[in-house]
Amino acid sequence: MAQREQKKIAYDAIVIGVSFGGLQALLSLLPSLGADFPVPIMVVQHHAAQADDFLARHLDSLCQLQVKMAEEKEMAQAGVVYLAPANYHLLVEDNQSLSLSVDEKVNFARPAIDVLFESAADAYGARLVGVVLTGANNDGSKGLRCIKEYGGLAVVQDPQTAEAPSMPEAALAACEVDHVVPLAEIGAFLNTLLMGKIKDERRTSNIQH
Amino acid sequence: MTTDHETSKIEVTLLLEAIYLKYGYDFRNYSSAHIRRRIRRRQELTGMENISAMQHRLLHDEEFFQTVLYDLSINVTEMFRDPAFYLAVREKVVPILATHSFIKVWHAGCSTGEELYSMAILLKEAGLYDRLQLYGTDFNELVLQKAREGIVPAKAIKDYTDNYQRGGGISSFSDYYTAKYERALLAPELKKKILFANHNLVTDQVFGEMQMIVCRNVLIYFSRELQKKVITLFYDSLCRGGILCLGSRESLQFSGLADRFSQLVDGEQIYQKMYE
Ligand SMILES: C[S@@+](CC[C@H](N)C(=O)[O-])C[C@H]1O[C@@H](n2cnc3c(N)ncnc32)[C@H](O)[C@@H]1O
Repeated sequence: MAQREQKKIAYDAIVIGVSFGGLQALLSLLPSLGADFPVPIMVVQHHAAQADDFLARHLDSLCQLQVKMAEEKEMAQAGVVYLAPANYHLLVEDNQSLSLSVDEKVNFARPAIDVLFESAADAYGARLVGVVLTGANNDGSKGLRCIKEYGGLAVVQDPQTAEAPSMPEAALAACEVDHVVPLAEIGAFLNTLLMGKIKDERRTSNIQH
Repeated sequence: MTTDHETSKIEVTLLLEAIYLKYGYDFRNYSSAHIRRRIRRRQELTGMENISAMQHRLLHDEEFFQTVLYDLSINVTEMFRDPAFYLAVREKVVPILATHSFIKVWHAGCSTGEELYSMAILLKEAGLYDRLQLYGTDFNELVLQKAREGIVPAKAIKDYTDNYQRGGGISSFSDYYTAKYERALLAPELKKKILFANHNLVTDQVFGEMQMIVCRNVLIYFSRELQKKVITLFYDSLCRGGILCLGSRESLQFSGLADRFSQLVDGEQIYQKMYE
């Protein structure tokens, strides 16, 4: 291709928010990410208060990337997927370490997607990709708007492929989303975006194949 | 990168400096993501144009400072939070405490005191009540006032009852409160064993020699350096063989003191100070 002069990797991190239908969505997305994925991925999934580390271990066993529960003050490392623990908000610090908080719920949720997205936007500025997946509420849309304001990239699951469309729909309504991608293609999309194989063409409403 | 964004970070740093110089509260080594979030939220609520305006107001209006102090100290708490923790205390810690002739337990960063009342209930049921003194400290006077009242919202009772049972409660939770409209008064006999006092973990000294220290969901707001300092303070405040309990997502791993403690319960942040 002619226009391969694009900067090598334009992003330093990915944040993902998912709610109702989240387990299925993560099972579809995370295992498709390549082993040498060059940035850290932070995930907020709304889940039952008593959830333990089972989900992390399960996903870890299925993924090429390491999947783990986020520990407070650990540095976000490339190629690792960090899940917010139940009952704690997950935040990113300016030095790209992770923080936890028991601060009050946001959008009736703890962890809340907005909290992760807004703090990550602070930490990574324009070098951040925000991804909103299936869910039955509107958590994440304020955060995604914030990511856009700071110059980052906004990706939303195509609501038609979502188990619960309201969260991706709310995100689409809240800001100018760069890419709307069917669930089954988000993994491949992120692989190509981060491994530099496609041109990062902003503000196309759908990726073409 | 927008300059507004960078500017607001600078403003937060200056605001924390101003708070420290004027009022002596030191938030400079707290997790900045979390501090920033709280400050921006207050800014939104008050409709102030920027954080510098907040700083100005805070320097000249002590009442407003109290509001911000309240914002910065996350006070969210509940009774028998993390029932598995209380279960582990019943099963693994009580037998150790029982070997002491007098038991002093310090809850640091106790917020509105729900943890203290929970521990009082647990240790009462364990038969240790006669030789017990509980201390609850926080640096926020407003939450301490509430803690002393011993009142919880009636709508929380359902969750607390559930927590209590899952935490190994052997009686009926309703024995420990009287519901009055939307409030539930905790049993006065619980209060008798609890002393609430103002203590700042960052700037104050050792609090006394304790058999057990509980500090949950406070260290997560501190930088690693500050965590080290505070864990050293706890180490110095514990008797030999004393028990240290942290929040479920906190650990001693980076404190530099991990080898002076042994982990008492797998999967729970319950540690025992070594005898030597
Ligand atoms: C999230 S609450 C934890 C309450 C309770 N320990 C629990 O886990 O449910 C954190 C508490 O720590 C207190 N705190 C924060 N910094 C402190 C300091 N430097 N000294 C004393 N208390 C502090 C706050 O005021 C707040 O009440």
